[in-house]
Amino acid sequence: MKKHIAGQAAVYLILIVAAIFALYPVVYSFFLSVMKPEEASAFPPSIIPHSFNPANFIDVFGIVPIAAFIGNTFLVSGIVMVGQLITASLAAYAFAKMDFKGKGFIFSLFVASMMVPWEVTMIPNYLTVRSLNWLDTYQGLTVPFLATAFGTFLLRQFFLQLPKELFEAARMDGCGHIRYFLLHVLPLSRPAIGTLAVYSFLNTYNSYLWPLLITNSEMMRTVQIGISMLEFQESTSWNLVFAGITLVILPSLLLLVFGLKQLVRGMAAGALKG
Amino acid sequence: MLAYAFLAPSLLLFGVFMFYPLLRSVYLSLYSTDPAGRVASFVGPENFTGLFTSGLFLDGIRVTALFALLTVPAGMLIALVLAALTHNLLRGQRLFQFAFSLPMVLSVGSAAVIWKFLFHPSLGMLNYGLELAGFAPVPWLTSPKWALLSVSLMTVWMNLGFNYIVISSGMQGIPDDMYESAKIDGAGPVAMFRKITIPLLSPTLFFVLVVSIISAFQSFGQINILTQGGPMDSTNVFVYSIYREAFVNFRFGTGSAQALLLFLVIMLLTLIQFKWVERKVHYQ
Repeated sequence: MKKHIAGQAAVYLILIVAAIFALYPVVYSFFLSVMKPEEASAFPPSIIPHSFNPANFIDVFGIVPIAAFIGNTFLVSGIVMVGQLITASLAAYAFAKMDFKGKGFIFSLFVASMMVPWEVTMIPNYLTVRSLNWLDTYQGLTVPFLATAFGTFLLRQFFLQLPKELFEAARMDGCGHIRYFLLHVLPLSRPAIGTLAVYSFLNTYNSYLWPLLITNSEMMRTVQIGISMLEFQESTSWNLVFAGITLVILPSLLLLVFGLKQLVRGMAAGALKG
Repeated sequence: MLAYAFLAPSLLLFGVFMFYPLLRSVYLSLYSTDPAGRVASFVGPENFTGLFTSGLFLDGIRVTALFALLTVPAGMLIALVLAALTHNLLRGQRLFQFAFSLPMVLSVGSAAVIWKFLFHPSLGMLNYGLELAGFAPVPWLTSPKWALLSVSLMTVWMNLGFNYIVISSGMQGIPDDMYESAKIDGAGPVAMFRKITIPLLSPTLFFVLVVSIISAFQSFGQINILTQGGPMDSTNVFVYSIYREAFVNFRFGTGSAQALLLFLVIMLLTLIQFKWVERKVHYQ
């Protein structure tokens, strides 16, 4: 029994040390975000803040248009999410429930395209977007990402699991494909659609390279680029940089606090089926 | 007919932003371009041979492989140990789960800026910690010897959330009665971990391995923010090098050639893993 208790204590010790390492960078950003500038750039650095300066959160809006960054990112992520849900659920329905010529070939095209790393299409896509005069626009940020093979595949797997009898019953009642899709398939597929929604929103929210390439003006920047711009402003002090970071990571932290369980389930479903 | 209407939006978007660019990449890789991205002249395979003779390709592959080697095994091992330790925890399980999943929701943009400050030569917490422990400060991002290691350290931290969540949920899928009967047979926790957890978890571990290697080959954000490929190209990973060729030097031809090689490398890696590793994986 004594050995058992010692073992438990060792487990907790390891976990606590690991948790400190995992949490520290984030907690430290919160600490820095409320420090006075002198303290944030003092040596030796303070492990916990000795000053409290919440005005940082207001001041940071003065050096970069952080409200615009956050608004842009939510708008772009929202458009991409809705777009992906529409295109993917339509295509998935066609693959799961309809018969047509070339189905096998078109489906294998979709699956094959999942193997192509995004970077391969990056250069021509940049040239396309530029020739359309879409640089620095919301179209440029969203349109290339409105369709997704992964999402189509995920939803198709789910649609295939819906019972055949349901479709036959609906048919008997005179239900065509469109009504069946809108009134039966979509409402029944909420879990899969929710997973795809979270996945695509987070993916776009966190994307970095594409917005870096195609946006130039401050007002079109997304959060991820905006945050790294903050750091390059020579006159900016670190407490303001971290006030900005705190503002940007708070929404995702809240998502984790309230949605850890769903996120775990969604990740597992997405990860193992995709 | 209706089926094609359902497929049309996806097919149209794929056509314009996936299939056409794929062909255009092949086309561009055979040409040299002027700084505006217009095709200047046909050069044939010269872009590819140039990548090999200039060392740009081999160096990129070497740095990226090293980066994968530094981040993938460490990242998986840490996540596996933490997932195993939190699996049947009686108290505080949710709290630890929260802590270890946390890095996942941070984007590479914010995470890299946070770490840039932790790595700061004089103000950074890491060097201060070393000083308190009686060690000399480390030139984290400024020395070619340390830079890739530093970026890897940050990447292992950043990937912890995803690896931990996927491995934990894989462990939840292992039926409890297997452990019960092993316990009756007198197996200790280590034996159970080796004989039950690892084999039954192998599909999940396999999945994490594939995804981690591919994502190591696609890393960009942390490199761009922390080191910009330097010092002395020591962190010039593949995608960063593509970015630099195409969007800093405006050589879209060699950039495309490099991107196609990345495609080949990633496809090869995926195939090798499915052919060789999957044979050793236990599926129920």
